[in-house]
Amino acid sequence: MRRDVFQAIADPTRRAIITLIALQAMTPNTVAEHFDITRQAVSKHLRILTESNLVKQEYKGREIYYSLEIEKMKEIDQWLNQFRAIWETRFNQLDHVLSTIKKQKI
Amino acid sequence: MKNDLLFDFTVDKATKTVSITREFDADLSLVWDAYTKQEILDQWWAPKPWESRTKVMNFEVGGHRFYAMVGPEGQEHWSVQKYNSITPKTNFKMLNAFADEHENLQLPGSEWDLNFSEENGKTKVNISIYNESLERLEQMIEMGFKEGFTMTLNSLDELLETLK
Repeated sequence: MRRDVFQAIADPTRRAIITLIALQAMTPNTVAEHFDITRQAVSKHLRILTESNLVKQEYKGREIYYSLEIEKMKEIDQWLNQFRAIWETRFNQLDHVLSTIKKQKI
Repeated sequence: MKNDLLFDFTVDKATKTVSITREFDADLSLVWDAYTKQEILDQWWAPKPWESRTKVMNFEVGGHRFYAMVGPEGQEHWSVQKYNSITPKTNFKMLNAFADEHENLQLPGSEWDLNFSEENGKTKVNISIYNESLERLEQMIEMGFKEGFTMTLNSLDELLETLK
């Protein structure tokens, strides 16, 4: 199943998990130690993150390690930054227009 | 130009809403005019090197603005804004939709709710944009604006701040 990445990062716990495993790959148990929620709940969040391709699984022996798909995160980052940049530019232009009009009035 | 004016930008996927808050160093009536008068609006609405060209604008309830974003190579992207409600110097609401050059709308559009307030000589504007689909937002970006921007990749932390 494919999931929407924006839905995946809409949840605060999942964002915290992302931040955590951005530092190093972790097993679900290690992730769970950092949260006050059940192991099952952590697994569910990890599954959603995996299904949205934000996180990948790797088997090492009998353990599964979860790590961040940096490229996928960058995609979201770029997308939002572009949108944000449009507004920043627009508003900076408006600042300029406003100060020009104010000077004319004096 | 660096300044300490408030700028807050959030995308909430759950409510399909983009919320943008910005402060301006000007009084309320001037900022209101900048958003509602064609001659001022066209000076800042399009991020450079794009230009905003308004063909028709009647700012009144039931009225509309028909305008194009014109690119550096002459590309034109037409849009229509329909004013649904206006409370002078406080709020206005509009439907924003892409269109062709003959004013045929591409629906669904997005619902915009703009709020204005003044405090200590500064004016705060909050714009909330409700989109039926995030794809439409992607379309807005893909329309070609990106040419004008230098892209910077922020750290993960900053990204997460944006999404809170």
